[in-house]
Amino acid sequence: MEFLGHYNYWIVIFLMMTGFYVVISHSNLVRKIIGLNIFQTSVFILYISMGKMPGGTAPIVAEGVTLYSNPLPHVLILTAIVVGVATTALGLALVVRIKEAYGTVEEDEIHAQDESL
Amino acid sequence: MTPDSQETILLALLVPLVGACGMALAWKRANLRETVTLFTSGLLLLLVWSLVPGVLAGDRPELRLIEMLPGLAISFKVEPLGMLFACVASLLWPINSIYSIGYMRGNRESRQTLFYICFAIALSAAIGVAFAGNLLTLFVFYEVLTLSTYPLVTHKGNDSARQGGRVYLGILISTSILLLLPAIVWTLVAAGTLDFTPGGVLRGHLEGPLLGLLLFLFMFGIGKAALMPVHRWLPAAMVAPTPVSALLHAVAVVKAGVFSIVKVIVYIFGIDLLQEVSSGDWLLYVAGFTIIVASVIALRQDNLKRRLAYSTVSQLSYVILGAAILAPISVLGAAIHIAAHAFGKITLFFAAGAIYTAAHKTEISQLRGIGRRMPWTMLAFSIGALSMIGVPPAAGFISKWYILSGALQTEQLLAVLVIIASTLLNAAYFVPIIYSAFFLREDVGLTGDGHGEAPLPIVIALTMTAGLTILMFFMPELPLALAQQLILTAK
Amino acid sequence: MTLNMLLSHLPALQVVVPLLAAPLCALLRPRHLAWAVATLTSWVCLLISLTLVAQVQAGGTLRYTFGGWPSPWGIEYVVDLLGAYVLLIVSLIAALVLPYARRSVEREIDPEHHSLFYTALLLCLCGLLGIVITGDAFNLFVFLEISSLSTYTLISFGRDRRALTASYQYLIMGTIGATFFLIGVGLLYVLTGTLNMADLAERIVPLAESRTLHTAFAFILVGVSLKLALFPLHLWLPNAYAHAPSVVSAFIASTATKVAVYVVVRFIFSLFGYRFAFDQMQLDWVLLPLAIIGIFTASVVAVFQENVKRMLAYSSLAQIGYMMLGISLDSVTGLTASLLHLFNHALMKGALFMALGAVFYRIGSVQLGQMAGLGRQMPWTLGAVVAGGLSLIGVPLTVGFISKWYLILAVIEQGWWILAALVLVTSLIALVYMWRVVETSYFQPRPAGAVIAGEAPLSLIAPTWLLVLANLYFGIDTGFTIDLAGSAAAALIGGEP
Repeated sequence: MEFLGHYNYWIVIFLMMTGFYVVISHSNLVRKIIGLNIFQTSVFILYISMGKMPGGTAPIVAEGVTLYSNPLPHVLILTAIVVGVATTALGLALVVRIKEAYGTVEEDEIHAQDESL
Repeated sequence: MTPDSQETILLALLVPLVGACGMALAWKRANLRETVTLFTSGLLLLLVWSLVPGVLAGDRPELRLIEMLPGLAISFKVEPLGMLFACVASLLWPINSIYSIGYMRGNRESRQTLFYICFAIALSAAIGVAFAGNLLTLFVFYEVLTLSTYPLVTHKGNDSARQGGRVYLGILISTSILLLLPAIVWTLVAAGTLDFTPGGVLRGHLEGPLLGLLLFLFMFGIGKAALMPVHRWLPAAMVAPTPVSALLHAVAVVKAGVFSIVKVIVYIFGIDLLQEVSSGDWLLYVAGFTIIVASVIALRQDNLKRRLAYSTVSQLSYVILGAAILAPISVLGAAIHIAAHAFGKITLFFAAGAIYTAAHKTEISQLRGIGRRMPWTMLAFSIGALSMIGVPPAAGFISKWYILSGALQTEQLLAVLVIIASTLLNAAYFVPIIYSAFFLREDVGLTGDGHGEAPLPIVIALTMTAGLTILMFFMPELPLALAQQLILTAK
Repeated sequence: MTLNMLLSHLPALQVVVPLLAAPLCALLRPRHLAWAVATLTSWVCLLISLTLVAQVQAGGTLRYTFGGWPSPWGIEYVVDLLGAYVLLIVSLIAALVLPYARRSVEREIDPEHHSLFYTALLLCLCGLLGIVITGDAFNLFVFLEISSLSTYTLISFGRDRRALTASYQYLIMGTIGATFFLIGVGLLYVLTGTLNMADLAERIVPLAESRTLHTAFAFILVGVSLKLALFPLHLWLPNAYAHAPSVVSAFIASTATKVAVYVVVRFIFSLFGYRFAFDQMQLDWVLLPLAIIGIFTASVVAVFQENVKRMLAYSSLAQIGYMMLGISLDSVTGLTASLLHLFNHALMKGALFMALGAVFYRIGSVQLGQMAGLGRQMPWTLGAVVAGGLSLIGVPLTVGFISKWYLILAVIEQGWWILAALVLVTSLIALVYMWRVVETSYFQPRPAGAVIAGEAPLSLIAPTWLLVLANLYFGIDTGFTIDLAGSAAAALIGGEP
């Protein structure tokens, strides 16, 4: 069971590779951004899962509780999520403008248009 | 070592620059601009020559300016060789300015202000090279000299000027960055200093083949000395207006090159060190090869300025040969040759420019009978040519004599042969010009507009330099005294 | 009393001032007002950095804790000598670019976007300053993203539609880079339980054999290298520089990559420790070949560019290679050379991109063919191009010479002659591509039917020439820069625990 002992990391790696693959392989600009999101999400999970203490509760001071989860990674990742949302918004805004300028969101068609200039 | 002479050094560097600003301000008013040029060059002459008595008396005035790199300042030190070079350059600038006025006006050249400004900057850089107290300073001014003469070379602004400028800048910058700069850094890493020190700085730090390699980097890195195969920039630079070819490519730029070479050999390597090891012997062969081959090429040129350019390449290697023989007396000859060749070659270029201005002729084959129309010009030309060949009563004889004595003294048979052969070759490419100019009839079709002598300023200038060539033969005391001091300090 | 209080809060103000000014700009509809606020902000930033440099030189490293939380717990700002120096470069360039921006932006960007443009520019400035000043690894990530997101926006303001694709491409690669960095930081946190960089540096010493640490190192380095545009992760840079508005090219070319180099230096030398990086991770074997290939290929590619901004972008890649080369030499002289070049390159590229902006202002293009014959029509602008080019080539009396001198000194100290030859050959290639520009603009006639371009307005020329003069000044009087770079390098390598 050692192999699955850190199953959270396996999930992280799986998501990371999926996202990365989508970014690289797809020529549709929107899909690339979705891939980027999956890629970022894997990192969020990496952070959150490392704050987990087995048997720990939410970090609120209460009677009789001595074991807390580490709250810091959650806080950090809130920030990272905000950054991710901003990136997605900006990326999608760019895609809209690209669609206006080129009439397509397929990378190879855009390249073809620029080359023919 | 008085504060006075320190100020003089600084002024000698600044005066041409201030003059350049003055010329820029007077750019719309030709007469004022040229007065500024003449005044500036005269002032520089006075400043430089006022240093001579002190140097002859054994003073070595020093000036440290700003510290550019830790422990490495831009510093100046006037020693005999630099003094000699500075004297020659500053003496010929006023004469050349007179000539320029005649030439630039006579040929209605455009952008004359830029021309005079770049000229002044180049002179300041030449003085900087002459007085440099360490290799870094020398390098800095060497590069400034290259860059400030680029606009002069490409003055005409047409395609051939651009081509010529490309070769000029390409060779000079790439040799200096690719070879000279690493040589300097290597010297610094090996010896810990870049100061020009009598007796050299490399003893005990480098030996054998490494020393030869360093010498190689220096000799070809100093592309301005036009050692073959890095000589091609000099003929390429002949697209420039003649006053540029005259002062810069017969005096300031090329002499800065051979001057640097002599300086590196004497003050960085040390004559004694090079004598002890054999790894520097190749320099003698390369210099000899350059002398002979350049002379042969010169023989085949019909364009007058190109022939003069190849003659310069060959004559420059005399200086290198003199230094490479490594006998004190030949080093003395090399130093004197810097001055002697300058006077002779500038006269030749002046004459070429005079012919171009008056008759619009550039090829040697067109010069039949021109001696009758332009007697002064061709007389001066003849004196210059005699100096190149090394015949009394012209200055070239003296320097050649000393170099030859050195070669005989050290029994370098090869050097002796080279000098004799090249003398014959020099005669072979100059004497026919003189002969056809004075003794052949003009071609009927080419009589043209019945021109006479060139404008007066041109004639005055070339008469003066021809006079100097003769004068130096009869009164060689000053250059000899300076060169002897060089030998003494080098020991 | 209040002044003293103000002075003690300078590290925070350095970042907070542009951060607060940015939304203010967005609210100001009159575009000149937005510009005025942005310019004023950049000058205040410059003033703060100058004061910080003085404070650091007088009293050593400054540490500033937020909200009264002492250092391993709270976020800490640290200004050491090197940091102060990089802050100064960034704010100096900003303070020169913004006065320049007014006319150039009027020409290149739609009026209704001006306020937003200045907002993004200030945010970018804030992000870059924050990256340099923060002492907290996660906080660094946040500032990295602030600067990146605003840079993507700034690039997309370019007139050409290719600016959009360039910006998109940069967004994808930049985000991947930043996420890699985030993964690395996360692993470090797992390992040590701290994010404070000084604290991290102490806690990882006994963990040198840990595989997690090695992974973290690799992720962080790759992440930053993407921002840095280290070969072969450079693909976003040429397009981004070429199609961005002139002001943006000038600003990011002379600051963004420098800050990224600073981050590399900071992580390699003060966080991981150079013994770990070079002995354990064999970093020199990775960095050195990449730097060399980067220098060489980028220089050669630059020669064949027709768009001059693109050419300079490739030249920037080569210069980044020089900086990485200096770092990978693993010696004090090498690091000094890199740090010197960091400053010097900012000066030369700033001057060159600003001069090209002035060209674009007049003729609406920076294609080489369109620039033919401009030398006489725009003497000051093209004069700046020549001067900047000479500096790029490394001619004496310019800053380029000083960088090159140190780099060669460092290489020869190691006895690597071939490398010295390579550095020199590539500076000759710089001669080739810069000379193409010079020859075209001075020796060729204006293209038929081209407008007669007058000299660019003073507000473009003056900042450009200030940078050109800085190129000359710091190439002659080098005491300040060499001392700073030298002592910073010695501290980074000697200060190893």
